[in-house]
Amino acid sequence: MPEIDAATLKKIYTNMVKIRFFEERAISEYRKGLPGFVHPSIGQEAIPSGVCAFLRDDDYIITTHRGHGDIIAKGAQLDRMMAELFARKTGYCKGKGGSMHIADVSRNILGATGIVGDGIPIAAGVGAAIKMLGTDQVMVAFFGDGATNSGAFHEGMGLAAAWCLPVLFFCENNLYQQSTPFSDYCRLTDIADRAKAHGIPGLTVDGNDAIAVAEVARETIAKLRQGEGPILVVGNTYRTVGHHMGDPGTSYRSKEEVEEWKKKDPIQRLRKTMVQNKMATDADLDKIEQDVLKELDEAVKYAQESPEPAPEEAMEDIYA
Amino acid sequence: MRELTYREAVREALREEMKRDPKVFLMGEEIAEYGGSYKVTQGLVEEFGKERVRNTPLAEAAIAGAALGASLVGMRPVAEIMYIDFSFIAADQIINQIAKLRYMTGGMVKVPVVIRTQGGGGVAAGPHHSQSLEAIYAHIPGLYVVMPSNAYDAKGLLKSSIREDNPVIFIEHKKLYGESCPVPEDDYVVPLGKGDIKREGTDISVITYSRCVNFSLAAAEELAKEGISLEVVDIRTIKPLDEEIILKSVQKTSKALVVYEACRTAGFGAEIAATIAEKAFDHLDAPVTRVAAKDSPISFNPRQEDYILPNPQKIAAAARELMGK
Repeated sequence: MPEIDAATLKKIYTNMVKIRFFEERAISEYRKGLPGFVHPSIGQEAIPSGVCAFLRDDDYIITTHRGHGDIIAKGAQLDRMMAELFARKTGYCKGKGGSMHIADVSRNILGATGIVGDGIPIAAGVGAAIKMLGTDQVMVAFFGDGATNSGAFHEGMGLAAAWCLPVLFFCENNLYQQSTPFSDYCRLTDIADRAKAHGIPGLTVDGNDAIAVAEVARETIAKLRQGEGPILVVGNTYRTVGHHMGDPGTSYRSKEEVEEWKKKDPIQRLRKTMVQNKMATDADLDKIEQDVLKELDEAVKYAQESPEPAPEEAMEDIYA
Repeated sequence: MRELTYREAVREALREEMKRDPKVFLMGEEIAEYGGSYKVTQGLVEEFGKERVRNTPLAEAAIAGAALGASLVGMRPVAEIMYIDFSFIAADQIINQIAKLRYMTGGMVKVPVVIRTQGGGGVAAGPHHSQSLEAIYAHIPGLYVVMPSNAYDAKGLLKSSIREDNPVIFIEHKKLYGESCPVPEDDYVVPLGKGDIKREGTDISVITYSRCVNFSLAAAEELAKEGISLEVVDIRTIKPLDEEIILKSVQKTSKALVVYEACRTAGFGAEIAATIAEKAFDHLDAPVTRVAAKDSPISFNPRQEDYILPNPQKIAAAARELMGK
């Protein structure tokens, strides 16, 4: 029997399905002609859903160009996200940010950066502010394995460690820095060992096991609230699609490898556990999926019917 | 009126704003007990404590990024980058995040960050501690760029910068820290984006900023003896530029000399010259002329440094030439 209660698992399951269906829908809409590009996180849904299940509304997150999942799990609205992908005025960023820059400050989603690793020092600053303001909020920075090679990762983590800040550094390790496997660019076998360089705890978790992620999240977030300082958690997972829409994801990894990981699908895995442990029925979970599909139809309709911003509105929100 | 040095004026602005608003805090390398590389923050850690005067690791990207993060959730950080030359390490955070976050979120966030730094030559500090890099930041939409030339402006402009809800790159000049001028004790601000006529004149408008204001004033003094009258316009804020004060002056004098310490090519003075050419062409009696540093790294050798950088003699010579003398 999992240590996480049924209601929480249902919430996690719902968010995983929201992420999966949102991104599948985004991909199909892009194929029909949306501008720009989208970096899906299909296969990685257990991490944001498991982590955000233990965040309060007043906790903060920051994420990356592959950030839809983190943003959805923290509670962002699918319609305004979809409108942003459609570059509409009603999008979260009025169409100025696109897929890679969605933020929702009202839900303490501080944004997404297109520069790999850049969210990490920013997260340290949020942690410093939390400490100065004297609250027990926590800050979670989501990033990928590639980011752990950047100077920003080490600078930001070093600062957070030195100042003992309430920041959870969560590495969504999908095993490839775009197309390059971790072993090609780092002599460590475990990314969590990078925490040792900064004197903070580094943990590794099966990132396709939503329950394992949730248990680690519950434990680490509680420690952060008690002021024990930053923690690095690495969730090992896999992106079963390409880096972005232009990448079939086949030139640098074998079909067999992808198929092996598809068998470890985190959504099916959680469903199986919940049903086996009688925490939900297949019908309950089917209903969740149907509701999410309906919500997505409405989100796409909202985006399609929303106005485009006028070209000259490009000059709004510039002050210098 | 009492006089303060430029260093003391910056410190007083920090102290007053920290007293006024508990959300204002300082972060940077060696700014606490050591008092900062140029002693600007001396005494502030004793007064405000280590929570509000924070020494950071030697990690400029973390300094800038963390300042941004703190600003997003209600604080008003003033981050010090010890030398503007080091700001390139922070430049990704400054240019890609701090400058763009408000825009790319459709105006959802405020970014009240001040990055204080200092630049310029004149102390034989060599190629990595002497650059004038304001044009880099002025080129980026989303950043105020401020460069005060005296203690009065430094205090008033820094107070405005700290109260501004958008990011400001505040560039001090290392050779000005010891210069004094009268500074009132009351709470005043100098608005961002407004230039100042530092000396009125009739023959040539000298458009300048930072330490070159002093050089231009010295040249004006010298040339006055020869019957040449310079009007010295201190733009004070690089971005947004006070075009009105420049154009008005040029309309009066019909001649423009743009003086800046940065390397000549693509320096901010080129932007000023282009603005004058576009918007005051009919008033000009002569081509817009520039005095700037040569296109060279700043040599350590003091005589070579002098050779590279502008000075009053070079400004005076350019002015005489512009007058046909």
